Amino acid sequence: MIEIVREPIDLNRVINSVKDSAAGGTVIFIGTVRNHSSGRSVQALEYQAYESMALRMIEDIALEAKKKWGVLKISAVHRVGMVGAGEAGLVVVVSTVHRKEAFEACRYVIDAIKKDVPVWKKEITEGGGKWSVRSGGRKSK
Amino acid sequence: MKVKVKLFAIARDITGADEFEILLAENAHVSDLLKILVDRHAGLKKWQGYLRFAVNQTYCQAGKVLKDGDEVAVIPPVSGG
Repeated sequence: MIEIVREPIDLNRVINSVKDSAAGGTVIFIGTVRNHSSGRSVQALEYQAYESMALRMIEDIALEAKKKWGVLKISAVHRVGMVGAGEAGLVVVVSTVHRKEAFEACRYVIDAIKKDVPVWKKEITEGGGKWSVRSGGRKSK
Repeated sequence: MKVKVKLFAIARDITGADEFEILLAENAHVSDLLKILVDRHAGLKKWQGYLRFAVNQTYCQAGKVLKDGDEVAVIPPVSGG
C-alpha cells in the first residue's frame, strides 16, 4: 500500500496491510509533527506534494527495498495538507521473515523518501508559515 | 511548442501559480525556462541555485531539451517525511 492521503493516517489499516503468515517481524516507523523547531513553537506542518511523481518514486523505493532485503510486504503512507503537532505525517511498515531485515529495510525507505521524494513542509508557527529547508539542503548543479 | 509548468512550495508562493502553460522555442532547454521564470519573478533569483527540475515526473539536469507537451516541475529543496 503506497498512498498519499489528506485525512489522519489510520495506523491499524497500514499495519494490517503488511500482514503475512510467513513474517517473523514487522517494523513500523511513525514520523510525527514536533511541536518545536529551532527554539520556536510549531503548531502544525502544512505538507504539499507533487503527488503523481511522489507516488511513483515511493513505489520505486519500496520495490528496491523488497529486492534488497527480501521484504514480504511494505506500506508507506504520507499525509498532506495541515497536520497538527503530535500527529503522524509519514508511516512506513515493513514485514520480513526475520527482524534484522525489517529494521534495515524500514530505515532505508524512510531515508530515501526524505532525500528525494517531492514533498515539502511548511512550519506553521505563531509568526506565520515558513517552508522548511533541511540543514545541508543541497545546492543543485 | 507548449509545455506545462508545475510549481511547488516556495516557488509556488513566489510566483503565485501552481501550474501554467508556456510557449517556448523549439528545442528549448530546462535552463531557458528557468531564465524566463527568474526574469518574471525576481524573488526566484536567490532560490535559483537550489531548484531542481523534473520532466514528466523524472528528475533531470538543467540542460535537458524539452519537447512539446512536456510537464516540467520546479522542485525546491524537498522536506517530506
